[in-house]
Amino acid sequence: MEHTDLLVDYSRAQFALTALYHWIFVPLTLGLTFIIAIMETIYVKTLDEKWKTITKYWMGLLAINFAIGLATGIIMEFEFGTNWSNYSWIVGDIFGAPLAIEGLMAFFMESTFFAVMFFGWDKVSKRAHLTSTWLVAIGSNLSALWILIANGWMQHPVGMKFNPDSARNEMENFAAVVFNPNAVSKFLHTISSGYVLASLFVISISAWYLLKKRDVAFAKKSIVVAASFGLITSILMLTTGDESAHQVALNQPMKLAAMEGLYKGEERAGIVAFGLLESEKEINDDLDPFKFMFEIPGALSFLGYHDINAFVPGIDDLILGNEKHNIISVKEKMIIGKKAVQALSDYKKFKKEGNTLAMNEALKTFRATSHYMGYGYLKKPEGALPDVALTFYSFHIMVAAGSWFLVLFILILYFSMKNELTNKKWLLRLGVITLPLGYAAQECGWIVAEVGRQPWAIQDLLPVGMATSNVGSTSVMITFWLFAILFTALLIAEVKIMLKQISIGPEGH
Amino acid sequence: MFELLTLQHYWWLLVSILGALFVFMTFVQGGQTLLYTLAKTEDERDVLVNSLGRKWELTFSALVMFGGALFAAFPLFYAVSFGGAYYVWMAILFCFIIQAVAYEYRKKPDNFYGQRFYETLLYINGTLGIFLIGVALGTLFSGGNFYVNDMNLSRWATESYGLEALLNPFNLAFGAMLVFLARTQGALYFLNNVDEITISQRVKKVVCRNFIPFLLLFLYVFGSILFQDGYVYDPKTLIVSVESMKFLHTFLLHPILAFIMLAGVLLLLYGVYLGAIKKNIYAVWWSGVGTVLVVTVLLFILGINNSIYYPSLADMQSSLSVVNSSGSLYTLEVMSVASLLVPIVLGYITYIWRSMDATKITIDEVKADSHHY
Repeated sequence: MEHTDLLVDYSRAQFALTALYHWIFVPLTLGLTFIIAIMETIYVKTLDEKWKTITKYWMGLLAINFAIGLATGIIMEFEFGTNWSNYSWIVGDIFGAPLAIEGLMAFFMESTFFAVMFFGWDKVSKRAHLTSTWLVAIGSNLSALWILIANGWMQHPVGMKFNPDSARNEMENFAAVVFNPNAVSKFLHTISSGYVLASLFVISISAWYLLKKRDVAFAKKSIVVAASFGLITSILMLTTGDESAHQVALNQPMKLAAMEGLYKGEERAGIVAFGLLESEKEINDDLDPFKFMFEIPGALSFLGYHDINAFVPGIDDLILGNEKHNIISVKEKMIIGKKAVQALSDYKKFKKEGNTLAMNEALKTFRATSHYMGYGYLKKPEGALPDVALTFYSFHIMVAAGSWFLVLFILILYFSMKNELTNKKWLLRLGVITLPLGYAAQECGWIVAEVGRQPWAIQDLLPVGMATSNVGSTSVMITFWLFAILFTALLIAEVKIMLKQISIGPEGH
Repeated sequence: MFELLTLQHYWWLLVSILGALFVFMTFVQGGQTLLYTLAKTEDERDVLVNSLGRKWELTFSALVMFGGALFAAFPLFYAVSFGGAYYVWMAILFCFIIQAVAYEYRKKPDNFYGQRFYETLLYINGTLGIFLIGVALGTLFSGGNFYVNDMNLSRWATESYGLEALLNPFNLAFGAMLVFLARTQGALYFLNNVDEITISQRVKKVVCRNFIPFLLLFLYVFGSILFQDGYVYDPKTLIVSVESMKFLHTFLLHPILAFIMLAGVLLLLYGVYLGAIKKNIYAVWWSGVGTVLVVTVLLFILGINNSIYYPSLADMQSSLSVVNSSGSLYTLEVMSVASLLVPIVLGYITYIWRSMDATKITIDEVKADSHHY
């Protein structure tokens, strides 16, 4: 069942569209729920009504964001079925479990206690209310845990075996799926980045109030909580980012090479601090991959393998093979993969015919070749390469932005402590305009993870071309545009409402 | 530990219960369609919206959970139906995306499209959304046009990708039945949840107007199910064949199911009587329990007694049963352990529901609340 390129492109585009929109809202929810819980804790401890006002105000903004996050979230779950039907069968035995557990463990917790958090102020005790607020925060983060376990498995599939009778991968070790190192680092990196974004959100709005000289006491209190939370969590974000890169190096060397625009592998490979890619660059030609760049020597070897002298394979090595470093070419993998595809089909045929001998022979061939079965579906070796420019730039924007956020949090905290923040107009302005950068960094991170994994839906196992549903490309085109229009229409409303609520401010509540 | 077939049946039961709980929770959707029927003033409308607004996320979660459980336990259904009856499921998704924002944005200043727009979204969600889910559930009995090949990969046989289900009167009746049920339940829920005498006085008329069409449709749907030809598989060869009056046989074979079904219908009738005639605020619970029992049994009979739960009209042998579409033994075991959380989840939902709804919601409360929809 080969799919047309158009169908695959539109299926990917639709999923990417949904995920990009979803990811505008979710990181803020992940972090803001905790910030609000911290604020409410201060209120319950001090019984200072000002903190209650502060808590309620940020809760109001959270609600606006939460609703649209939920709306875009439901589609993602169902799109695995509607647009990735083959995927749903071939890996659903592993992939479905974390999704179902997410629903059971997280969604009900979030939705039940969300109602208490917003409407329960006068219906339950202060402590019960505070507990509910914390449970919403924990619930939303639990949801992230399970979905990232699922996503981590897509990057680094473990704990399963292919069953030729059902023609799918079946789970063998749930613990391996849950404690997949890729999933763990991905979860921690993602939630901490959400905390950072939420901190930037609170800082940006508070800084705007301070610049406008309104709601000053409120803004000063909020900004200190946010900058403290941001500082702690951005350190977590940077360290887990390092671990994520290490996992990429171990399991997805092609993604790492694309992230750094590295074509010729080398020992003591450097990280490009900044650079401009050569757009004419092709695999294995003599062109320099960069028009210009500034490199930190040895840093990539260290980041990827925690060894400054380690060899980091480049795109050319990974596509064409490198004997010295024991890397076999994609072409060879494709030959082995095609053998596996054929052997599976033979196995099925002989089984139907009742030819046990030939069936067992086919199974033997299949078992010997199935580790590269995914490659058997690729059309050409270059197809194993993701979009280098998109992956490279996204990665570098994300890292640069993430580093700046840390500096911003330190500066804001420093001047807050000295009680000079209100005079530092330049810093407050930076605080306001950093928020869009926070959102951009979030989307970039997602692009690095997902575009960098291409052409694989499941790394090395299942290419996107094999994973899509067998529907007409026109149908997906229609729904793509409908989604694009609907999401954009809702986003416009969301932004307008949010801006209005910000301009009304806490006293309006 | 358990046999595969036992777990397949266990998971089919869980999916049936989840589906039934979702159908019960669609009182939210039903309520959304009554905003201009039960309420005559803006204040009344606000109190209705706020009453539903504290529950809608539970319904939403129940739908997501229903999908998630199907994915984990019966991935082939997920692949075949969602990827095949593409337009139907996509339309359902659209109807639910628009609900999620409508509550929060409806009354907010600068909401760009105006209050009536968001109320229309709620109305579409409550009518078209529920109707289409009913149509999709109807196809579990009436079938879909799909092929599954020997690699278990599937494709749909028609270019209308599931919309052809709308040509089948049984499916249409199933969809309409759910809409009328949701509206009946919605009205009974308001009776329970809202303390405004003017609204309560209007409930009787609304319940009667919606319950009678529901009852007629239910009799037609249930009668069709009892006497229709059902698909069955041979447990040894898995070959699918037709058995006349399949589901009637299932009920005769398992009288307990017939009994639960009957009890469900009686509870539903009693609840409606209590609500419409006696104006008893607990009516929704009687009818709610009845709804859950009826829907659970209706879905459950599809998965037992060698029945096919998703017949293929294009190729009979492609039809899906719990046996040929489920997750592996290991995955079902893992999921079964996870399912031990279900009572805990139901427990805290019940606890919170009771403490939040200890007193009924009033117009004054909505006005006084700093956060309201």
